[in-house]
Amino acid sequence: MTAYCIETAKGKWEVVVGLEIHCQIISKSKIFSGASTEFGDDPNVNVSFIDAGMPGMLPTLNKECVRQAVKTGLGLNAVINKYSEFSRKNYFYADMPTDYQITQFRYPIVGEGFISVDLSDGSTKNIGIERMHIEQDAGKSIHDLSPTKSFIDLNRAGVGLMEIVTKPDFRAPEEAGAFLRKLRSILRYLGTCDGNMDEGSMRCDVNVSVRPYGSDELRTRCEMKNVNSVKFVMQAIENEAKRQIEAYESGGTVEQETRQFDQTTGLTRMMRKKEFAHDYRYFPEPDLPPLVLTDEYINGIKAEMIELPDAKKQRFIETLGLTPYDAMVICENKETADFFEKAAAGHDAKKVANWMMSDFFAMLNKKHLDIQNSPVTPENLGALVELITKDVISGKIAKDVFEIMSETGENPEKIVEEKGLKQVTDTGAIEAIIDEVIKANPANVEAYKNGKTNLMGWFVGQTLKMSQGKANPSIVNKLVKQKLDN
Amino acid sequence: MAIDNETVRRIAFLSRLKIENDKIEATKDEFNKILAWIEELNEVNTDNVEPLISVNDIALHLREDEVTEGNQPQAVLENAPAAEYGYFAVPKVVE
Amino acid sequence: MTDITKLTVYEQLNGLKKKDFTAVELTIAYAKKMDEGRKYNAYITECVDQAIDQAKDSDYRYANGTNRALEGIPLGIKDLFCTKNIRTTAASHILDNFIPPYESTVTQHLLDDGAVFLGKLNLDEFAMGGSNETSYFGPAINPWSKDKDLVPGGSSGGSAAAVAAHMCSAATGTDTGGSIREPAAFCGLTGIKPTYGRCSRYGIVAFASSLDQAGPIAQDVRDCALLLQSMSGFDAKDSTSVDIAVPDYTGFLNGDIKGLTIGLPKEYRPEGLNPEIAAYWDKATEYLKARGANVKEISLPHTKYALATYYVLAPAEASSNLARYDGIRYGFRAQGDGHLDDLYINTRTQGFGAEVRRRIMIGTYVLSAGYYDAYYLKAQKMRRLIHDDFMKAFKECDVILTPTSPITAFPIGDESMLSDPINMYLNDVFTVSVNLAGLPAMSLPIGLSENGLPFGMQLIGKPFDEGTIFNVAAKLEADAKFERK
Repeated sequence: MTAYCIETAKGKWEVVVGLEIHCQIISKSKIFSGASTEFGDDPNVNVSFIDAGMPGMLPTLNKECVRQAVKTGLGLNAVINKYSEFSRKNYFYADMPTDYQITQFRYPIVGEGFISVDLSDGSTKNIGIERMHIEQDAGKSIHDLSPTKSFIDLNRAGVGLMEIVTKPDFRAPEEAGAFLRKLRSILRYLGTCDGNMDEGSMRCDVNVSVRPYGSDELRTRCEMKNVNSVKFVMQAIENEAKRQIEAYESGGTVEQETRQFDQTTGLTRMMRKKEFAHDYRYFPEPDLPPLVLTDEYINGIKAEMIELPDAKKQRFIETLGLTPYDAMVICENKETADFFEKAAAGHDAKKVANWMMSDFFAMLNKKHLDIQNSPVTPENLGALVELITKDVISGKIAKDVFEIMSETGENPEKIVEEKGLKQVTDTGAIEAIIDEVIKANPANVEAYKNGKTNLMGWFVGQTLKMSQGKANPSIVNKLVKQKLDN
Repeated sequence: MAIDNETVRRIAFLSRLKIENDKIEATKDEFNKILAWIEELNEVNTDNVEPLISVNDIALHLREDEVTEGNQPQAVLENAPAAEYGYFAVPKVVE
Repeated sequence: MTDITKLTVYEQLNGLKKKDFTAVELTIAYAKKMDEGRKYNAYITECVDQAIDQAKDSDYRYANGTNRALEGIPLGIKDLFCTKNIRTTAASHILDNFIPPYESTVTQHLLDDGAVFLGKLNLDEFAMGGSNETSYFGPAINPWSKDKDLVPGGSSGGSAAAVAAHMCSAATGTDTGGSIREPAAFCGLTGIKPTYGRCSRYGIVAFASSLDQAGPIAQDVRDCALLLQSMSGFDAKDSTSVDIAVPDYTGFLNGDIKGLTIGLPKEYRPEGLNPEIAAYWDKATEYLKARGANVKEISLPHTKYALATYYVLAPAEASSNLARYDGIRYGFRAQGDGHLDDLYINTRTQGFGAEVRRRIMIGTYVLSAGYYDAYYLKAQKMRRLIHDDFMKAFKECDVILTPTSPITAFPIGDESMLSDPINMYLNDVFTVSVNLAGLPAMSLPIGLSENGLPFGMQLIGKPFDEGTIFNVAAKLEADAKFERK
């Protein structure tokens, strides 16, 4: 893509960005306890004595969380480490009952990988994954129930998290945005995280530094914690980069610090300077022996892996003839891709894609519906396209039929049948209508013959109108021309 | 590696413990004595020694993903020094 | 009538079966001893009423023949084991009002076998200490004390004091660096720390997770076997517990030691070892030789470094394990100045005693940025060397015989111990290596010093080979003919 740079009166700058994304693992129970991961219950209901950090309580590792992490690692094209180790990250935090977090430090379960992202100019870029590890989430404090007190709810404490750390490969806000959308898409395909940034099931820390355009130095970076939407991440990068550039250009420096992104102003502000950074005193978790995975186990999960968006997109382009753009949009979420595949089965896939990209998505948008709740089933959308392909109805009539389908959910054959919308292809019947039109408009016939040939369209229109749209337009075209030119 | 008063203060804060100013010096001396004693370990070359993390070479046992605990908010809260509305209560946290 | 509290667990079980006395009578007899023995300060919390209810149930079971392995045996429980609905303090101000809503796996096993709990026993605060003097509730007193009050040893000091004074039939202990064996030795009792992973740590207030193990303190070897039988076993709730079948320990007691090789580590006999102890060690060696065992000098070359290694690793783990005592969810809370950090700091500074605070800070330091490699990682590597020393030695011998402690019980408030923490730490010199290597080890009494205080001998076994320890210990016990209190 065209290189992103920030130009000021004094020079050109580029940004260097890395992301750390915390993704809540989808599982029934917590990563180290048997309490439910259910969201939205009364406070401290889904809390075991382990989650509450009671004396003598010990963690036990949830099988499903390991499996989900391996699946995700494979989805990130990453190395799965057969040996991994849990560590304690020590810091006092009201929402963390043991005052240490069980995480992975020296030996994470997933090593290096990459995600390929699609950019708006049609190019793709690989973003490197540094590592991914699994750990426990913290509880939540509620600050607005009392002016003098904070209240702690531990329902979320101990829910499994996957922390994905990228390499500092991003050079533009757009790349970070495209990455997050792609990551979310992969996680949802895999069913390992629901990826809802606004609900906090996917949370993003953004590391930003800047450097003179074209240089390869790495300058001091600042970290923005918990930026909770794709839009805000892009905004945070841009505004933080500008802040740092301003600092450098006015002769100042950038301090390594943790900053907070303010959603209302779009700006970042200082939270914690490096000298107040925590000293986490990581050490191997003595309550959990190392986690050892076998090739057999990893291969078993590999064998069960479903087709991910990139592979699906490639297949749609290569075997179904979709444009790269349509394929990308349709593959972004699995439900849409599944819908498309069902709708396209046995029908003209390209036409199905066109319908989805236009009328179908427009209808969902208008009705504020998810694709799962679409009144038009994939089978019915496929049938509609089939009716067009077989010249049973015209494209124009099809739009009316689709309108009815999206209201009633009925199948298109039945609608066409009941409403008598079948296209007229009988040339005799069409000729009769054309004759009538010619007879009724001698002046226009005269004008046409005198060289106003663009009236041709008008005659076609009149004929179609009189047939109530049922006459096959290409036959009408041919016959009108024949008759007028005679 | 002798430690200074500043380190004693920092370690105390990391531990969330208070050492009164008039005790800092004595604490420092005591720590340095203990650390000097510990440093006898440096007599042994351990360059090629694998650290021992767990004595029993056992595989980590994995638990089935089933909900087996929870639904006992009163038991979770009954020892709390302060609890209100089903929450643990603390002085207001300002970040 | 004989004093039924002076019978062993084994004898009491027989008495109960033969209806010589009832479980309720037995419990009441102990309750009386508990009253008389208040001066020993062995119990932090007594629960006699509940014990009598349990004993009634036991009598019912004896009547209908559904009696279990330890039916009606009144035990004391070290106050580090969480007991459901019974206050559990870890002898700390910071937990002095904590009532667990759950039961530790080990005490649950004992309850399931019909044991009766008389109460919670004194210990060093969070098991950090070797004399029981760091307890928030004051030290337990050694029943062998004469003119001066002596320490019972630690950290399971209340357990040893209560068993020695017949204020319970036997007791649970925990051992991180010698906390079962040293008090057993100081009080003339038998105690075993099993292999790491043999007993579940679930529900035991953690001190140093990679070293902590539960075990019994009892009057003799057989009682230890009976208790350990009940306490042991794999527990899915403790990921470090090991899924190896528990053999019938009492079955080893009548074994033969002919042909067994007893290892004597030369590093445990340094210049200046108390000659009385050295003499008892020789005597014990002779007893075993006389029964046909082979004796072999072995070497554990890194012994010298075990204490320093221990005093890095144990405080490091403790500093993390004890972070949770922050005044938010349970236990003591001090007032803060409105800021959460103040609440943490005030709570922890007032809630923990001096030794616990010292170890938390040492542990924090050795893990902190820039020092981890020099101290913590170094100690983990030393731990490997110490572990490997034992593994090598066990290629040449079946069990290792050493003294338990370089000293006998010392007076409470001993100036040299209190003025320099390292002097107190040095008492663990013979016991900590075993924890670092994760091995099973027992202390049993061998005889009295000139001034009438018990000495203990330690038998160290191969991993999960508690059986050989029981076999050898039974012979040594028979020959030593030690007279208990």
